[in-house]
Amino acid sequence: MLDASEGYTTEDGRKIGGVVMEMKNITLRFGGVVAIKDISFDIREGEIRAIIGPNGAGKSSMLNVISGFYVPQEGEVFFHGKKRPQMRPYEVARQGIARTFQNIALFEGMSVLDNVMTGRLNYMKTGLFQQALWKGKAEQEETENREAVEKIIDFLEIQHIRKTPVARLPYGLKKRVELARALAAEPKLLLLDEPMAGMNVEEKEDMSRFILDVNDEFGTTIALIEHDMGVVMDLSDRVVVMDYGKKIGDGTPDEVRSNQAVIDAYLGVSHD
Amino acid sequence: MAQTQSGAEGMQSLPALLQRNATQYADAPAYREKEFGIWQCWNWAETEKEIEALALGLINLGVQEGDFVAIIGRNRPYLYWSMVAAQSVGAVPVPVYQDSVAEEMAYVLGHCGAKYVIAGDQEQVDKVIEIQDQLHQMEHVIYLDPRGMRKYDHHTLHEFSHVQNQGRAAYDEWISDLNERRAKLNYDSTCVMLYTSGTTGKPKGVVLSNRNVIESAKNASNFDKLTKSEDILSYLPMAWVGDFIFSVGQAYWCGFCVNCPESADTMMTDLREIGPTYFFAPPRVFETQLTSVMIRMEDAGTLKRKMFHHYLAHAKKVGGDILDGKPVGAMDRLKYAIGNMLVYGPLKDTLGFGNVRVGYTAGEAIGPEIFDFYRSLGINLKQLYGQTEATVFITVQPDGEVRADTVGVPAPDVEIKIDDNGEIHYRSPGTFVEYFNNPDSTASTKDPEGWVATGDAGFFEKDSGHLRIIDRAKDVGKMADGSMFAPKYVENKLKFYPDILEAVLFGNGKDRCTAFINIDLTAVGNWAERNNIAYASYQELAGHPRVLDTIQEHVETVNKSVAEDDMLSGCQIHRFVILHKELDADDGEMTRTRKVRRVIVADKFKDIIDAMYNGEPKISTVTEVTYEDGRKGSISATLDIRDAAVVPVAQKMAAE
Repeated sequence: MLDASEGYTTEDGRKIGGVVMEMKNITLRFGGVVAIKDISFDIREGEIRAIIGPNGAGKSSMLNVISGFYVPQEGEVFFHGKKRPQMRPYEVARQGIARTFQNIALFEGMSVLDNVMTGRLNYMKTGLFQQALWKGKAEQEETENREAVEKIIDFLEIQHIRKTPVARLPYGLKKRVELARALAAEPKLLLLDEPMAGMNVEEKEDMSRFILDVNDEFGTTIALIEHDMGVVMDLSDRVVVMDYGKKIGDGTPDEVRSNQAVIDAYLGVSHD
Repeated sequence: MAQTQSGAEGMQSLPALLQRNATQYADAPAYREKEFGIWQCWNWAETEKEIEALALGLINLGVQEGDFVAIIGRNRPYLYWSMVAAQSVGAVPVPVYQDSVAEEMAYVLGHCGAKYVIAGDQEQVDKVIEIQDQLHQMEHVIYLDPRGMRKYDHHTLHEFSHVQNQGRAAYDEWISDLNERRAKLNYDSTCVMLYTSGTTGKPKGVVLSNRNVIESAKNASNFDKLTKSEDILSYLPMAWVGDFIFSVGQAYWCGFCVNCPESADTMMTDLREIGPTYFFAPPRVFETQLTSVMIRMEDAGTLKRKMFHHYLAHAKKVGGDILDGKPVGAMDRLKYAIGNMLVYGPLKDTLGFGNVRVGYTAGEAIGPEIFDFYRSLGINLKQLYGQTEATVFITVQPDGEVRADTVGVPAPDVEIKIDDNGEIHYRSPGTFVEYFNNPDSTASTKDPEGWVATGDAGFFEKDSGHLRIIDRAKDVGKMADGSMFAPKYVENKLKFYPDILEAVLFGNGKDRCTAFINIDLTAVGNWAERNNIAYASYQELAGHPRVLDTIQEHVETVNKSVAEDDMLSGCQIHRFVILHKELDADDGEMTRTRKVRRVIVADKFKDIIDAMYNGEPKISTVTEVTYEDGRKGSISATLDIRDAAVVPVAQKMAAE
């Protein structure tokens, strides 16, 4: 396995840095149900890290632990080497973590542009009153933030729907808008919850390209959950495999692919 | 504009025109492009600086006089500058269709031996890299959009802005060289080389000189009284001669502003924002717009819908006459003025045609109803007839003499004659120099006196002196009984229905005609939605019995109208199928300018054609398709073959 402190170089020559986030012996319970049982793994700077597993394996719970939304009963989360205290969602966002959701969570009645602008909230310091007057500081602030948002709109090629209400968009585009909103926060760590669920082949290809481009262009560290094995193996640098709340594999796509426990979890084993 | 007229002597190249514009119209906008949601603007003085920096950068990279520089990408100011910069250093710009697949691109780049490529983005660079092994002459690739390019091997790859920066840095070193090269350019130097889309066989490289381009641009600009204050939207393929003349030739001659859309998908929004004064579009664009307006009106409230149809009916009655300056009663004028306030004006604004003074359509025949619709709104839409070899203009319609069924009178300085077979020949200052590296084709197309055969059959109307085009001369054939077979004539009648996107007629040498039909997914899809018809794909919708019924009605109506023409009554459609896939340029079934390649279609779907003539009621078939990224797959389908009622022509024969 990998050295804990040093980075490594991927097959395509990208330099992966040190550990950004470390999960140590995480256990998460909902009443009597154990969602995550004693899991440890790390996420390194600049890498695309996937969490996979069958339905109900605890992937989304894991992502919610990473994002700070769930607080595990046992275990510790280290962010940039420091133990992370319990935080409110906006505090997480300020630390440079942004996410998308499995079930799209956009403001349906608002335009794409306004939705993406909400991703910039952390960068807006002026109060409600100033913004309503839209003078001086508030105006300047909006211009700056709009510029940042326009770059993301350009990057994700959604110029043509800039002014379209989100409710009118097809599913694949909504997913892209959600990614745009997450990117608008200029995150250091981006969490994607099933970014490709329910998409057709072409949409999946587009989304994969955008994920790779985000990682390449902005150097964003990405942690993603995905069902589609083909996509995961192509995209990610390292993969964590979960089954029934336990970690059953961790490593490069090739290592994971040849791991007997992983094969059993996905294909099933006979119990006699 | 007196200055430009008298300046013609010294203005023998695009760089010379650029320098004139940079002095005379220094502060006037030359290019606009919407980027990051804002229209960015460059005036003529800035444009000149940008082009000069690029030209110096090209010399710095080692571009020699006579080298070919291929330019591939969507319409962007930078790529227009690239064309002029290439000419400034004595090289020949070769714009290439950006949606060409790699093998098509390999042919063009290999044929002209392009040493340099200026590509718009990663997608284009990837295609060039894919074919690089076949192209030994290739030296450097310059790319515009750096996105996704970081990991590439940069030995022969250069970012556009870096090339410009290097050019600026090496100003002192190369400026005298650049000035020398620019000074050598004259009316006979090559201005651009454009590859024909090639309805038959391989594309041919049409060499156009500065004389061809500048004279044609000058004549056409004078004809329509274009000035430096025009605004145009450049969205048609840069490799197409029309775009080169409008967005480069006329823009440089008149000094007007070229606006580039943000992306292909935003074209309609950008059109509305810019409100061009001079507009050019193939019939398809007008058809799509009309279809979308009609669909949206179906969904509008009752009052709006009634008002819309009421005033549209009035416009249909008098709108065209008002535009042509013909006498119209005072009451009708008043009603038209009210209509203009309530319907026509807002509609034109929505379409982006609020400011259009002159609009052209060409490339294909436009449906008379579509044409009249736009004219009745007060949009001065006209037709022209032209081709790459003529530097566009052969005939144009003068203001006030516009009709849907003719293509107008000879353009200024163009001579036209029609030979015994009915084929149209022309001679003009725009007549191309040659087909590059293809003296045989040059000789068979252009005779020693400079007459060029168009390959189109047509005739001049006796009364008006306007030219009418019948069909491609080589497509006009004979049926088994010796009567005339003119497929385009019938196909156009079919295509004028919004439901029908494309039609291909067969019957040359046969006793009766059959046809392939492609439905228009937007129009038919909307109809399906309103009638609660569920469908999952084009193929499923195309095979729906009610769709077949509707199309059959259209075919039978067309048959009636065809039967009225004595010469062409044999071209009625006896049987037809709705194809299971849309004809597509990626599959080689159409040219990049979306003209059907008859021979290829007939060959590819031979089984279906045979089944139609054998009287079979159904046909199962498997068709190979090419995806946008070049991979291939196949689709299989069982198609219903329908019989259409025809109007018997035997009575007329008996009467003779």
